[in-house]
Amino acid sequence: MTTTDQGPDRPATGRPGPAQSGTDRRDIAIAATGLRKAYGDRTVLDGIDLQVPAGTVFALLGPNGAGKTTVVSILSTLIRPDAGQLRVAGHDLAADPQAVRAAIGVTGQFSAVDGLITGEENMLLMADLNHLPKKEGRRVAAGLLERFGLTEAARKPAATYSGGMKRRLDIAMTLVGGPRIIFLDEPTTGLDPRSRHTMWQIVRDLVADGVTVFLTTQYLEEADQLADRIAVLDGGRLVAQGSAGELKRLVPGGHVRLRFTDPVAYERAAAALRETTRDDETFTLHIPSDGSQRELRAVLDWLDAADVVADELSVHTPDLDDVFFALTGNPATPRTAAEETLR
Amino acid sequence: MSSSAHALRDHTTMLRRNLLHARRYPSLTLNILLTPIMLLLLFVYVFGDVMSAGLNGGTADRADYVAYLMPGILMLTVGGTALGIAVSVATDMTEGIIARFRTMAISRSSVLIGHVLGSVIQTLAALVLVLGIGFAIGFRADATPLEWLAAAGLVTLFSLAVTWIAVGIGLVSPNAEGASNTGMPLMLLPLLGSAFVPVDAMPSWFRWFAEYQPFTPVIETLRGLLLGTGIGTTNAVLALAWSLGLVVLGYLWSTARFKREPRR
Repeated sequence: MTTTDQGPDRPATGRPGPAQSGTDRRDIAIAATGLRKAYGDRTVLDGIDLQVPAGTVFALLGPNGAGKTTVVSILSTLIRPDAGQLRVAGHDLAADPQAVRAAIGVTGQFSAVDGLITGEENMLLMADLNHLPKKEGRRVAAGLLERFGLTEAARKPAATYSGGMKRRLDIAMTLVGGPRIIFLDEPTTGLDPRSRHTMWQIVRDLVADGVTVFLTTQYLEEADQLADRIAVLDGGRLVAQGSAGELKRLVPGGHVRLRFTDPVAYERAAAALRETTRDDETFTLHIPSDGSQRELRAVLDWLDAADVVADELSVHTPDLDDVFFALTGNPATPRTAAEETLR
Repeated sequence: MSSSAHALRDHTTMLRRNLLHARRYPSLTLNILLTPIMLLLLFVYVFGDVMSAGLNGGTADRADYVAYLMPGILMLTVGGTALGIAVSVATDMTEGIIARFRTMAISRSSVLIGHVLGSVIQTLAALVLVLGIGFAIGFRADATPLEWLAAAGLVTLFSLAVTWIAVGIGLVSPNAEGASNTGMPLMLLPLLGSAFVPVDAMPSWFRWFAEYQPFTPVIETLRGLLLGTGIGTTNAVLALAWSLGLVVLGYLWSTARFKREPRR
């Protein structure tokens, strides 16, 4: 075990991320400095620094094996780090894990429901373990089952639930104790598109209630949709941090795409328009552009002036896929989707 | 509510969860009960005459053999139920809900103690059932109420001991299959003791093991209490020593194992 323990007052080192947008220290729900974890000589987390302001959604984005689940496991007191200063809900993780546990709710990647008992019994189990009075426990359980559309299935064993229902029950159980900080480890992995959108709405509702959400995902769209701040984790290091907009600005990549069917027209256009990149295989030209109305008009005027008529014109703004590719050298979704089926 | 009141509530909650499992899915328990019941019937009705010929210098009859057999069958029931416990603990530990328990502000020990208490209650219920069958096929005890009480106490203590060991086996086993293999000795040990035949009748090289392994002193003590034949100090002391020793060992082993970080 390597102990590179850092003093409590040592400032965060490493890349500060695009913007530490003026967050007050008192309002930080989750803070990690120099977080390290190794299994044997395999380093899983190699010095992670992150801060999550209270009441915001933080997305930890990365391919499989990047260490996302390890971060969640450590921050939710499931496993111990080798080094690092960690504070969750104002409590030091090493000194007072039980106080941290009282403040957080965790929904792991693999369903944490008791399949042998019914959905309702699962909820009442949580009510008991959160030490709610019996009557209040029943009320909270019934309310959450209703909210997550599980009332009808409440009396059936949880093992018979569909993937989406299990995930909803899982989150409902997490909410029984009214946690102010919630960890969601890949909350939509393996869900169909409709269940995924339901889950997104659940996260938005939580944030509307003032809950801090820390989620991991391998889907860029998900981070883009939900997160106030995104950190990209690759090979145990944070390679970028910021809002979706800030991350997108890290990579150039906005362009207007012109596609031709006629090779002659393609060659003529390519000759006429000098400031382009060519893709000879698909007869496509890329003209750099930020996608704004003004720039688009300029491009169109330019095309008219050069008498170029493309068969198809599309505007491509950089998305997180571009960011991810640029930062990690891996295309995110296709690879992880393939790995997902192998597991 | 104070923290000790919380801890108490966590323990009863976990106990209730385990009893709920047992009630909802009794098939594992019942399957395991088939073995001691079948052996009881087999040894009484099929081998009974042969077996009884080996008791009391050949003067015993089948009824005597039922009386001789019953304490051993009860301990076989304890061992068999424990095997089921090892399997269900191993299964439970693979469930995501255990990770959830670890991230909640609850009493850590409640997870294991809930299993243990639930299992002991299950074991005692199984013993009552098997004893009932014993009575139905002609077992008659010759014990005073005090001796019955002592027998019940010993059986409960020994069940607690075997259960803690079974929980430990369940915790070190990666899955249900592993637990049912590793836990096999729990079911076999009573057979390798004085459950079916007196240790005196065994070859001398084996006798030493048969006499001192945990189940034999307990079976012998139980036999003495139930049949009113006297228990013998050595056996009683050995039985208590094994029981208490295994409780402590099983408790320390299991809790140390549970405190370890979960595998990724």
